[in-house]
Formats: sequence, C-alpha cells, structure tokens
Amino acid sequence: MMEKMIFGRYIPGDSFIHKLDPRSKLMFVFLFIAIVFLANNAVTYALLLAFTLIIVLFSRIRLYFLINGLKPIIFLLIFTFLLHIFFTKEGDLLWKWQFIEVYEEGLRQGIFISVRFLVLVFITSILTLTTSPISITDGMEVLLNPFKRFKLPVHELALMMSISLRFIPTLMDETDKIMKAQMARGSDVSTGSMKERIKAVVPLLIPLFVSAFKRAEDLAVAMEVRGYRGGEGRTRYRQLKWDWRDHTVVLILVIVAALLWWLRS
Amino acid sequence: MNEIMALQDVTYTYSPEETNMRKAVESMSFSINDGEWIAIVGHNGSGKSTMAKLMNGLLFPQEGQVRVLGESLNEENLWAIRSQMGMVFQNPDNQFVGATVQDDVAFALENNGVPFEDMVVRVQESLAQVKMDGFLNSEPHHLSGGQKQRVAIAGALALKPRILILDEATSMLDPQGREEVLATIHQLREDTHLTVLSITHDLEEALLADRILVMNKGRKYAEGTPAEIFARGQELVELGLDLPFSLKMGKLLLVEDLELKEEHMSEEELVKDVWTSNFNK
Amino acid sequence: MDIELQQVGYAYAKGTPFEKRALVDVNLRIPSGSYQAIIGHTGSGKSTLLQHLNALLKPSEGTVKIGDLEIHAKKKAKNLKPVRQKIGIVFQFPEHQLFDETVLKDIMFGPLNFGVPADEAERRARELVKQLGLPDEVLEKSPFDLSGGQMRRVAIAGVLAMEPSVLVLDEPTAGLDPRGRQEIMDLFHKLYIEKGLTVILVTHSMEDAARYANRVAIMHDGRCVMSGSPEDVFGDEQRLAEYRLAAPRVVRLQRKFEALLGAPLSRLCLTEEELAIEMGRVVRGERDSV
Repeated sequence: MMEKMIFGRYIPGDSFIHKLDPRSKLMFVFLFIAIVFLANNAVTYALLLAFTLIIVLFSRIRLYFLINGLKPIIFLLIFTFLLHIFFTKEGDLLWKWQFIEVYEEGLRQGIFISVRFLVLVFITSILTLTTSPISITDGMEVLLNPFKRFKLPVHELALMMSISLRFIPTLMDETDKIMKAQMARGSDVSTGSMKERIKAVVPLLIPLFVSAFKRAEDLAVAMEVRGYRGGEGRTRYRQLKWDWRDHTVVLILVIVAALLWWLRS
Repeated sequence: MNEIMALQDVTYTYSPEETNMRKAVESMSFSINDGEWIAIVGHNGSGKSTMAKLMNGLLFPQEGQVRVLGESLNEENLWAIRSQMGMVFQNPDNQFVGATVQDDVAFALENNGVPFEDMVVRVQESLAQVKMDGFLNSEPHHLSGGQKQRVAIAGALALKPRILILDEATSMLDPQGREEVLATIHQLREDTHLTVLSITHDLEEALLADRILVMNKGRKYAEGTPAEIFARGQELVELGLDLPFSLKMGKLLLVEDLELKEEHMSEEELVKDVWTSNFNK
Repeated sequence: MDIELQQVGYAYAKGTPFEKRALVDVNLRIPSGSYQAIIGHTGSGKSTLLQHLNALLKPSEGTVKIGDLEIHAKKKAKNLKPVRQKIGIVFQFPEHQLFDETVLKDIMFGPLNFGVPADEAERRARELVKQLGLPDEVLEKSPFDLSGGQMRRVAIAGVLAMEPSVLVLDEPTAGLDPRGRQEIMDLFHKLYIEKGLTVILVTHSMEDAARYANRVAIMHDGRCVMSGSPEDVFGDEQRLAEYRLAAPRVVRLQRKFEALLGAPLSRLCLTEEELAIEMGRVVRGERDSV
C-alpha cells in the first residue's frame, strides 16, 4: 500500500533544475505563484504555459510523475472548468443544446483557469520532484535565518524537520509491520464497517506512539553523547552553493514577470 | 599498562527514594587499561547497561567516583571528556540522526564546531575505516542493521576518540550484521590503539575481549581473561549466560567417557585433543 | 492443516517504477504436524513468504493453499479472516504490537476479534499466562510496565490465545539473552509436542533448526533452493556454502572428526548430545578393538 504513494516524491537526477540551489528554487516557486495572477489574456497564458513546459523539459522528469501530481486536483480542475463553461455568460454564444448555453467568454475563462491550475501544480511538483526534502529544509533554514533576531528558533525547527524527514520511511515501515501484526490477530483497518475500522485504529496508533516516544528518548541520548548542546557553535556539513544556474533562473523569472506585465491587457 | 578508565566503589540506583529496591549497580570497582578490549557480560538486569551510562556521564553515581582519562567525571569536564569517547547503542535506527550516511557521521563533528574542510576529510576517513565509504549518500532505510551500526561506529570515530563503548551494539543484528560489526572492531584495534568496552551477552563478542567482567544483580561477579571466566562453566549458565560451543561439547564428551587433556575454546583444538587422547595411542 | 505454495511469486509495488521482486517460483509443502524451519539471509524473501501463510499478502503469481482455502494470483480472494485465526503468526519483536490497558485485555484481543465469547477468551488468557511462566499479577498490569522479556511472552500469549493450528515464528529469539533464547525455544517445542501444532520457524540459526525442526527449507534470492529433512539439507555443506550458509556447528565438528577418523559416523548428528553419544560409540569401538 505504502509503495503506491509516489506522487510528489523526490526523483534523483542531474538535470539543470536538479542542480539548482534549493534557495533559488524556493524563491522561484514563491514568486511564480505571485506572477501567475498577472496573466489575464491569451498571450500571457500561452507564455506561462510555454515557460512551464520549458522548465519541465529542463528538469527531465518523466511526464508520468507530473500527471500523477495532477490526479488529486483533477476533479477540482474539471469542476471549475465546467463552472465557467456553463455559468459565465458573456461574449458570443458558441453552442446551445436545450437549456445549456456555452458562451465564448465561458470557454475562455474555463481554459485560462485550467491553465493556471496546471501551471501551478506542475511548478510545485517540479520543486518536490527535483529537490530532496532535506535540501528543501536546508534552503528554508538559510532563508529564514534573518528571522532569528525575532526569536524564531530557526536551527531547532530545521533540525526537527530534518530528523522527522529521515524517519518518515522508517515510520512507514513500522506502521506496515504493526498493521500486519494486528491483522494477524483479526483487527483490520481496511475492511469492515465504519465502526469496526475506527476501532481498529487504536491497536495501530498506540504501539506507534509508544515506539515513537522510545525513539525520541533514544535519539536524545545518542545526540547528547555525540556532543549536541543546541545550535551555538555548530558548523554546517551540508553546504549550499549558489552559482551561475541560480543567477540565470532568477534573471529569467524577472524577464518573464516583466513580459507578463507588458503583455497583459 | 596505564589506567584509562575506572570505577571506584560506585553505587547507582534508579529510584533513590525507594529503600527496598535493589540497586542497579552496587559497590562496583573496576579499572580498564589503555588499549584493552573489555567485555561486560551479564543477564538482562544485571546492571551492565547502567555501567555504560555511568562511564559516559549519562548517569552520575550516588556513591563512588568514575574516573576517565585521569579525571573524575563531573558536570564541568563532561563535554570535554565525551569528545574523547564514542558510544554506539543497541537500536541501529534510534541513533541515526542524519538524512544520509555522510550527514550522520558528520553530526558529532558539527556539534563540536569542526571547520567544514576538516569535516569532509574526517567523514571520508571514518567511513573508510568501517568499509562504508561506498555508501556516502545512502539513506538509512535502505541499509541493513549491520551497515547502520557500522555507520554509527564511523560517527563515533570521527572525533578520533580514545575509547569506544558498544552498548549491546550487536544484540538486534542478524548473524551477518554481527560478524560485520565484530570484524570492524577487530580491524580497528589492529590499526589503532583504541580502547573498547563492549556490553554484551553475545558469546562470540566476549571471546574477542582481553578481559571479561561478569555482572550479576548489580555486583561484580568475576573478572578475568575469557579462558579464566569460561572455565567456571556451569556457574555461568546459572547466571543466565552461555558457554562456548567447544566447552559445552567437551563436557558432554567427558560424560561419554572420552578422555580430554583440557578444556578448549576452539573446535580445532577440541578435535585434535579428542583424537590424540583417545585414538592413536 | 496442510499448507502448500505452488509456483508462488511476489513483487512489491508491481506495475510501478519502484517494482521490487521478492519471491520467484516458490514451491513448498508443509504437511500438518511438521516442524518446518525456513532459513535464509535477510533479503532472501523469508518475511515475504511468511506473510503469504496467513493471507496477509496475496501472491503475484501462483497459488497458496492453506487447508481447504486456495488463494490464486489472478482471482479475487474472499473471506480471508478465518485463515488468520487458524494460522497464528508471531512476528519479530512481537512486544511492539502490545497496546491494551491491561495484559489480560491485550491477550483477549485476538480471540475476541474472531468471535470467541469473552469468558472463554479470559479463561484462555489466564491459562496461557501460567503456561508461559508469567506470574498471575501481570494480568492486571499495563503491558508497558513489564520487562522486555515479559512483554514478549505476553505478545506470544496473545497469538496462542487464538488457538491456531499452525504457529509461525519469525525469529522468536531476536534480541534475547542466552537464557531467554533457551526458554522460548523450549516453550515452543513443548507446545509443539503437547498440542500437536504445525510449527513453522523462520530463523537464522542453523543450530535451532537442527535441534527442533523435522523439515528444513532454504530461501535464497526469493527462491526456495533447498528443501527436505535436516539430514539432507545440513549434510550438503558444499551447497549450503553456495548460498553463503554454514552447516550447524555440530555438523561441522562432526566433519572435522570424521576427517581425522578417515570414516563417516553412522548418522548425521544434529545436536551436541547426539554427537557426543556417536563419538563415544566410536571411541569405545576403537578401545575395544585395541
């Protein structure tokens, strides 16, 4: 069951996008989400779409993974598209059947909204597909560093995050083991009535919690023994390198933003 | 031989308020010399794990003192002394902090403020020492128990400690993993002058040691070389320990009226003795 | 209850880019009442195999027959729950599955899930606690207040309380000290004899397999590569070495002795006691002839 959850997962590679510093990728995604809303006509949406597809190309990620990323929101996308098709009544009438009327503007808006969804999902998927979770954490830690002066415990949050990430596969394996052990005793979370399935969650959660606490305790001791005393005086092993690729990407984004501003109506 | 670590009349109890509870460790005096491999053996609950924690300052004794590298362990010198000691625990997953192998080995170095360039070199060296240098970017859930423990050893070695403590480091491993870890320690001792303290109930591990300390119910039961200790035979079995195969076999053969010159720790010696003492006369 | 695997194959995440093959063309028959040992390195497919024994996993290829129930790769499997009561699996580190408020409730959990009336479940729990050498007081304690060894026994009791006819043990001695190991294996042997269970022991220990099992199967790279009586399997040291396995210590010692003797002993000895007796016989034979 767990193996099937592959959407959004990191796929290692050495494409141009993979080699970017996580900071530039994070900033890119944040800014991109903002500039998406600049588009409001066919030209600007086409530009957005083309730009996104070029990024996808440069990432060398198989389309299979991106399509998987769309799956969760496909209904939302179709629903919004149809909403516009049927209820936006402006422009020329394109098609009529009994009481259903499709207007030009409805079609336009429907397509625009869909492109917006697509583009947002693809870009954020590219982020998680080309950047390991630990790189994302590192990028965020450095970007949030300035906030230390506002008493934000940036180092502690980043360390918590990186340890939690490291344990996700381990905990998933353990969940599977406990589930199987309880299934072998007749308790199944995946079958039976709603009531039965909810009851079956307890013998799964309690052992997980107990083991998680034990892990935390053991880890704390191990960390102390290895000299951990908080963030003061710590050096960094994982270094981030900002190079020409990152400059390029930021520059291109600025150009695209400018183009969108200029071409919008 | 000079002393590198010692306990002097150490007593520790987990619940000092309860007067009826048996003490975890009682009136313990034991010393370890520089470069020795010491095994502390005993049944579960004999106090052997408590010993490891006392030696590393994770616990402080109610009575007596713990001396490491000539100094009596206390709150002030704790961190400095800790950087001279490496410790590997029982659960391979619950001490693996880093996202990848090299990140985990670097953890202790980061904590001690080691500069980046030095870190890179030391991580590489430590991993080479445990033969895991081909796994720099491997993630823990893709590694076997034996591999994770070797990474833990590398992490401990990165600070170039004088002492390595293995707290039941092989008890959760499969036979292959155990072999890998013991071979690694053996090799390390040949290459460096590392003092090793291993808390274990694994026979093979204890046999590799220079000296064994047997614990029973919080007290020292016996200390000596493996040959001296295992010569006690049945006593050890009653304490919940195991005897080497050749020793057990030897005793059974005596029951069957075979003649044997002496007790043996290895199968080769046993077979030779059986042959020369009973055939070929 | 006979168990049979016919050309069973299994792949994790089949059809995705992360597909990983765990079992290939496994053929194994475990007759009712046998004590079957399954030996293999980590990664040989042992754990995947044992999950097929109580239908926790459905084969990707082939057929699994558990008593009258047949589970085919292509067909949809129904009504699997009763199988889980008849085949009890004690997983590795079973103490990790404990969860209930009291030991009594935890042991009763399994049988209650299979429709056993509460008073009967309680009776079984109380009896098992005795059989497993635990003091009566533990019944009212929280399982988390017990020592590791006690927790393991409680977990085992929880599986035995379902009164399965087949008991599958996945490395039951993992993490235990020598005394603990001895006690647990003796306990299972006693249950095997007294209750006539079929026992399937998944283990790394050639010695345990030699001492307790009457059938041995070797798993390697997802295949069942050797299968037969302990004498057949452990006698073939050369083949075992191909799979990076060593014969049990007793067998190795016997071979060393036979090399000096220049002749084989009358049988392959599977325990220290047997070997001592055989070697004794040879020595007395020799002495008598001198």
